[in-house]
Amino acid sequence: MQALIDQFFNVQIMADAWPTVWRGLMMTVLLCIAVIPLGLLGGLLVAMANTAPWRWLRWTVVVYVDIFRAIPPLVLLIFIYAGLPFAGIRLSPFAAVSIAFLLNNSAYYGEIYRAGIESIGKGQMEAARSTGLSGLQAMTYVILPQAVRNVLPDLLSNTIEVVKLTSLASVVALPELLYSADMARSITYNASPIVMAALIYLAILWPVVRFLSRLERRMGA
Amino acid sequence: MTPWERFVDAFFNREVIVQYLPAIGKGVVVTIELAVLVVISGIALGFLLVVLRAYRVAPVNAVIVVFVDVFRALPPLVLILLLYFGLPNIDVTLSGFAVVWLTLTLVLGAFAEEIFWAGVLSVEKGQWQAARSTGLGFGQTLFYVILPQAVRMTVPPLTNRTIAITKNTALGTVVGVGEILNQATTAQSFSGNASPLTVAAIAFLLIFVPVVYAGRWIETRFAWRKG
Repeated sequence: MQALIDQFFNVQIMADAWPTVWRGLMMTVLLCIAVIPLGLLGGLLVAMANTAPWRWLRWTVVVYVDIFRAIPPLVLLIFIYAGLPFAGIRLSPFAAVSIAFLLNNSAYYGEIYRAGIESIGKGQMEAARSTGLSGLQAMTYVILPQAVRNVLPDLLSNTIEVVKLTSLASVVALPELLYSADMARSITYNASPIVMAALIYLAILWPVVRFLSRLERRMGA
Repeated sequence: MTPWERFVDAFFNREVIVQYLPAIGKGVVVTIELAVLVVISGIALGFLLVVLRAYRVAPVNAVIVVFVDVFRALPPLVLILLLYFGLPNIDVTLSGFAVVWLTLTLVLGAFAEEIFWAGVLSVEKGQWQAARSTGLGFGQTLFYVILPQAVRMTVPPLTNRTIAITKNTALGTVVGVGEILNQATTAQSFSGNASPLTVAAIAFLLIFVPVVYAGRWIETRFAWRKG
């Protein structure tokens, strides 16, 4: 028992690692601020392209979504970070992560928006158009506000996944929360810094998961 | 070389591909093994938990809810590093394969329980009362009346979640599991050429695109009732 506490919940080691882990946390927050809006916006473009009147665009989007739903995000990230330099494109870890996440998350958010748009009756679009709104206006002012409200729990659920996904950035040596904790772990030969990182993820995401459960129940799945 | 030839040489180099294809093939086998094991044990765990939860014993349910919340909130890579590098310090050594299997089983189990439970709650109370009034016991009602309907309704969301979690087998590369990505990055650093990464991406597409399509087909077949 004492060994377990020493190796996983060592307060002294946690205190020593705190400055490093705190800097890592700030990087994770920065990463979230960059990739969540990018993904939400990219997804919106994907979903709108899905309703476009041109067949070639709709098909492109379908292929795009299928490819990026099938490729594990870590494979994409390593391809961009370690593969693209061979084509003369050298990216910083932050840029590589942002691009990989934009590609991956746009596909996922796009599918969610699409479900939302499909949940709104066709009559709404026809009614909006007949009042003289253009297709884009009808989409922006009539369809999307309702669509987004209908899929709010799914958007939130995917956002939780995106925050968890930022931990992958540690693989390309971006000093975010998990990377910093793992650095401290490898210096001290003690797992307590990783336990601390886990507790920080929990402190951030648990309330959101709880809120999501209540939201799902209230909106009646 | 023209830029186009340079590009082809870097990402589609035939010699490099031929040389490392067998290694990546081995990786494909490991990825599929790991994925199948995770799907079976993860869904079994979720099912077991939802059956326990249906008995509504307060302390047991509290434990299940906390378990589910924790594994929904924690990034799987954190757990993988924690188990792989932490456990040896207390004299428990698991292989990378075992660590990834265990972690993804717990994560999928948590999500599956949550999804199954939503299904159980969506079966109307009257069904419980009707089934019990015909003389079925609690367990019989649960297994013969409630769960068959609940599970059927949860197939589409469960499929999507299962695919997403199964793709996390690629995280195994971080703890030295010889799956596709691991074989490819090793080959890439030996050959000084990005072609193995291209092959890895294609391998993942070949495995998971059919799965995504199957998922989509299942989704239309078992259309999820939305209120």
